[in-house]
Formats: sequence, C-alpha cells, structure tokens
Amino acid sequence: MTEQKVDAFDLQDMLNSNVMTTRVEDWINWGKKNSLWPLPYGTACCGIELMSVMGPKYDLARFGAEVVRFSPRQADLLIVAGTITEKMAPVLVHIYEQMLEPKYVISMGACASSGGFYRSYHVLQGISKLVPVDVFVPGCPPTPEAVLDGVMLLQKMIENNVPRPWKDNWKGPEL
Amino acid sequence: MSRIEEVKQNLSEKFPVGDFKFYYENDNDVVVVPKANILEVLKYYRENSFYDFLMDLTAVDYSKYPETQEGRYAVVYHLFSSKTLNRLRLKVFVQEEDAKLASATSVWRSANWFEREAYDMYGIVFEGHPNLTKILTHHHFKGHPLRKDYDANNQQHCSDVLPVHFDDGSRFSPVPGKDLVPLNIGPSHPATHGTLRVMAALDGEKVEKAGVELGFLHRCFEKMAETHPYNQVIPYTDRLNYCSAPMNNIGYCKAVEKMLGVEIPLKAQAIRIILAELSRVIDHIVCIGANAVDLGALSGFFYLFKLREQVYSLFEKLCGARLTVSMTRVGGMAQDPPAGWYKDVLETCKSLRKGIDEVDRLLTENKIWMQRTQGVGSISAEDAIMWGYTGPCLRAAGVGLDLRKAEPYYGYESLDFEVPVGTTGDVYDRYLVRLEEMKQSVKIVEQVAKNIPAGDYTIRDKSIVLPEKKDVYGNIEGLMNHFMLIMKGIKPPKGEIYDYTEAANGELGFFLVSDGEMKPYRLRVRPPCFAIYQSFPEQITGGLVADVISVLGSMNLIAGELDR
Ligand code: SF4
Repeated sequence: MTEQKVDAFDLQDMLNSNVMTTRVEDWINWGKKNSLWPLPYGTACCGIELMSVMGPKYDLARFGAEVVRFSPRQADLLIVAGTITEKMAPVLVHIYEQMLEPKYVISMGACASSGGFYRSYHVLQGISKLVPVDVFVPGCPPTPEAVLDGVMLLQKMIENNVPRPWKDNWKGPEL
Repeated sequence: MSRIEEVKQNLSEKFPVGDFKFYYENDNDVVVVPKANILEVLKYYRENSFYDFLMDLTAVDYSKYPETQEGRYAVVYHLFSSKTLNRLRLKVFVQEEDAKLASATSVWRSANWFEREAYDMYGIVFEGHPNLTKILTHHHFKGHPLRKDYDANNQQHCSDVLPVHFDDGSRFSPVPGKDLVPLNIGPSHPATHGTLRVMAALDGEKVEKAGVELGFLHRCFEKMAETHPYNQVIPYTDRLNYCSAPMNNIGYCKAVEKMLGVEIPLKAQAIRIILAELSRVIDHIVCIGANAVDLGALSGFFYLFKLREQVYSLFEKLCGARLTVSMTRVGGMAQDPPAGWYKDVLETCKSLRKGIDEVDRLLTENKIWMQRTQGVGSISAEDAIMWGYTGPCLRAAGVGLDLRKAEPYYGYESLDFEVPVGTTGDVYDRYLVRLEEMKQSVKIVEQVAKNIPAGDYTIRDKSIVLPEKKDVYGNIEGLMNHFMLIMKGIKPPKGEIYDYTEAANGELGFFLVSDGEMKPYRLRVRPPCFAIYQSFPEQITGGLVADVISVLGSMNLIAGELDR
C-alpha cells in the first residue's frame, strides 16, 4: 500500500475491498453467534453424551462454541444436560442468575426438558419451570448430532434476532 | 446337610432359635431374626468371621403384599463371606407403630449410609446411629417416598441448599486457635463429574474435617421400578451406571430370569459377555480419563475418548443407541446382532489393545502422575472390607475378589483371564488395576467373539418373551401372544431373590420381591459406589486439598448409580 502513489488511490476500489456496511445490531449478533461460550451443566447420562459432543469426533469447536467455561460468570450458553432433581433445582437457578447477559439456555434431553421418563417424586418436571429455555433438544440421550443441531439452531436465532418473549418476560422460578 | 440347616445348627448353639425362621428360596439362604436378637446375631457373625461383608442393608414395605407378614416393614441384611463365598440374608420385621431397630453401625461401618437410606425411604429408626438424617431426598422433603402409600408422582419443591456440613451432622464452625476456612465443591463443579457435593474445613492446605452430600441425582429408580412392568424397568437400569449401561441391564435381567427359573441360551450369554466386557472397558476409560484430566493430563483424555467412541459406534451398529442400549430382555437379547458385527468387535479389540498400550505408556511411568497418585488414598484390606468396597477399589487394596471368578456365570469359568490385584489400595494401584482389567476384558471379548455358539438369541417361552414382529403382523397366534403379554406382563412367582454380577464398579446386586403381579413389588439395587463413597470423608481427612480431587476421581463415582 505504501508503494502506491496517492493519485492512484481509488476511493471506490478501497471501499469495495475493505469496508462493508452493516447495521450495528447485525454486527453484534454475528459476534454473539460465533462466540458462544458454553457452561456444560452435565448432571447425568446426557452429560456423558455431551462429553462426546466436545470430544474429538464430534467436536463442537467447529461451530465456534468450544471455549467451555465452568464459571457462570464467563459463560453465555448454559447447556443443561441431564436430569434436574428437586434438590438440584435451587443450584440451577443460582447458576443461571450468575451468568451475565447476553445468555442463552439449551435444554439437552428428555429429562431436562420435561422430566423425561422420571415422573417421580424427586425429579423436576422440566427446567423451563425455572429458567427460560431457548432450544429444547429431544432424545434420551440426544445423539451428538442432535446437540450440534440445537447449537446451530440457536446460532440462527441469534443471527436473525428472533424475539425471545420467554426470556424477556422471565421473572424468576415459577415454583 | 444343606447350608441353611448348618446355619440353623450353628446359630442354635448361641441363640434361642425357637423364634427364628430358616428357609431356602431361589438359591438364597434366609433367616428371619426377631428384632431383639439382630444386633447380637450380626456381632456374632462378624466377630467369628463367618461373614466379613455387610453387602447391603435395605427395607421392604409389606403393607400391600398379598400375604400379611409379621410386621409392616422388614429390614433386610445381605451378608457375604469373601473366604467361603457363603451368603446369607437376614430379615427383621418391625411393626408400623414401633418402626425402631438397633443400628448395625457399631458392627459394620458400611451400615451407616445404608441405614440412613432406609430411614429416608421408609422412616425406620435405627437406634444408636451416629447421624440418622436424610440422605437422598432434599431437606424440605416430607414423608418417606418408598412407603407404599406415597404417590410416585408427588413432587415436593426445594428452594435452597444446605450450608456446609459434615457427616457427623455438625455445621462448619471456627475452632479457637485455628484458622479454619470452609470449602465447598459442587454439586456443580467440573472436578466432581456429576452432581457430588464435597465440603471441607481447611487448615491451610490441610483438610481438617470433611463431609459429602448426595442425592442431587436421586431419580427414584426404585419407585419407578415398582410402577412399571418387568421389561419396562430395563431402560431405567441403563441409567444407573450410565458409563457402562449394558452391565446394569444384564444384572437386572439375570435376577429376574433366575426368579423365573429360566436359563438363557448360550448365544445370548455370549452376547451378554461381549457387551459387559466392552462396557467395563469404556467405564474404566471414563474413570481413568477423567481422573487424569483432573490432575492436569489432558492428552490422556483425548486418547481415551477416541477409544470410547469406537465402542459406542459398535453399540450403535448393534442396536441404534450409543449410550443407553437396553439390548437385553428378560429371557435373552432383543435381537440378533447385524451381519459382520462380530468381525467389527474383533477389529475394535485390536485398536483397543493399541490404545490401552498408548495410555499405559503415557501414564504408568509418568513422574507427575506417579507423584500425584502414589500413597494417596491408601486403604488396608480390612478397612476396605469393613466399608463394603467391591470391584477394582477392593482389588487394589489386595483382596482378589472378582465374582466372575468366585461365582462365575454365563461361562466365565471357561474363559482365560486373570484378576489383577494391588497392594496398597492407593489411587495409583486403582489405576493399575483398572488398566490391567481393560486388557483382560479385551482378551475375554476376543475369546468369546471368535466362538459364538449357534442357536437362538432368546428363549421362546410365550409367557415371557414377545414374539417376533413378523409373527405379530403375520399370524393371529403371534398377535394374540403379543397382546396378552403386553397386557398381562411377565409374572414371576411370589417370592424374593438377591442376585449379583461383577459390574465395572464392583458387586451390582438386585434384590427383587415379587407378589406374583406384572410389576416388581420391590426392587432394590445394591450400588457398588455407594458403599465405596462412604469412606471418602475419612479418606481425605488429614490429607491435602489437592489430593481430594485425586481420590474422588479414583473411586469412579457415577451419580446415577450413587443416588439412583
Ligand atoms: S434424557 Fe435420558 S439420557 Fe438424558 S439424563 Fe435423562 S435419562 Fe439420562
């Protein structure tokens, strides 16, 4: 560039190659979508499958979400993988509240989503009673592909700025 | 003279056995002991080394049982001798109004948590117990959920978490002259791999006092089993120790089959062995891999998890599921493996061998690994037995007990494999034992997969096994048979049984009470890591806080099995 003469400087050319116009919002969304830092809240069997999602074969890193953070302060995607019992419920809420905005929740598996086949006295019948869930991934446990799909769906939602009334109107645990 | 007569004669020398009852049922010897004598009987057995293990302690609520029993509740003890391999079940009936009993904690330390569980689930009070508090349900929970009059779908919500507390029931409190700091790890912490909560009072780096809280994954397996027909319980068993799910399927089905008095075909036995041993390998992989990650060896994790994926691919090919396979049925297997599957198994064995060797080279003589694990968490053989250790942790302490050798099933007796035994019981020995067991398991799988017996994969008893789909859709008998079995279910005869297998973590026992109906009346699972974890607070007290993580990882605590 320095070699070029100033009079050869073509403003239009320069703009075409180096500048892109966007809206601030889109630009921020693009950033959010590609740097989801997950907190793997693995409690049970689904947590074991989540390990495979992170592991060498399925490798969540390919989708920009590999920086696993165990501190809620540093994470912006809570992946709840496994059964949440009544005893665990206050802990989950506590962790969700500690996360900083923007924050998202993926509910992985039947148990987290609805209690699964544990219609029983000590199992919470779905985490959406406690925290606002963005994506539910079905399965018992879901295949790693399904979890990847869930993450990509969330990325699309972020990119397209899909409204999230469940999050906006969330006032705290229903129980 | 039969075994139970021997037991009777032996007891009659010490006790007025007129009030005792002795019987033999489903291959188990049972003694019904009056409440007043139970502590003395337990003491007598232990002090004279008739039985060195208190394998399991649980209770049964007989209020809905078709035949009235001597009391509403029965407390059930399962004793085992590692020397003579004898087993004995003791039963004590207690009345509803007076559900109290002497605690066995002074005789066997392993009784501690088992009694707490029986108290939590049934409200039976064990007098003399050092800390008889809830163990699985949360602290706001009212009532005793395994009582027959508690509705399975009656949830009670919990809004807070208990402060730091210890196993003797005390809370954290400052000690004059000492600068103690409370430490809380979990229940959501990367080092606990699941939902364990460890609490300690630290004096600098040293653990002064420790405690654990469990129940964060109490999913009510036993209640679910009481509300589902026999075959529908199988998927629930998958989720006990979900790192080696097929082993739980096998343990459960084996107990039900024994109760029904059926023998499964040789081919089904062979497939079960293959599944069990492959599961043992991946279970140990998760244990070693996670233990090493916690101590900073991340590469081991990637090496090991690559192997685990290969086994999962095998399972996927077999039945479509990776983790929770549910491939067994009462009476055999669900289907034949697809063509070429055994060949794939043998191929996988080759790469498993190679992979295990790699890990061996990576860790066994690694200086950091050795320094972090040697001499950490040592336990003597006597203590291990006292706490009810089984499986790799017991063998690492020098007791060569493996049910596959001691009480072989499914033809283990004709297979060529060895049982590795450690000396000190520390974390390093546990690692070595697991590593060697993986090699031996691969060896077993190879032997079996090369010689799969011909024949059927299941028995064909119409009252136990569903007909094949082609018959259900193809002819009226098949359709009727399917309908009847779904509606009426499998009905084992009235009675009870305790049956056991060597799972990845140790003795996985199922105690089944049948009332002759289509659902189990009571299904108790004896979780191996529950007994092992009891000793954890004591193991880490006095050590460094960094060792806590090392010991925790070596016990291979799987929350699904621990809390059920
Ligand atoms: S959804 Fe299934 S696999 Fe996942 S935690 Fe629940 S029982 Fe386990």
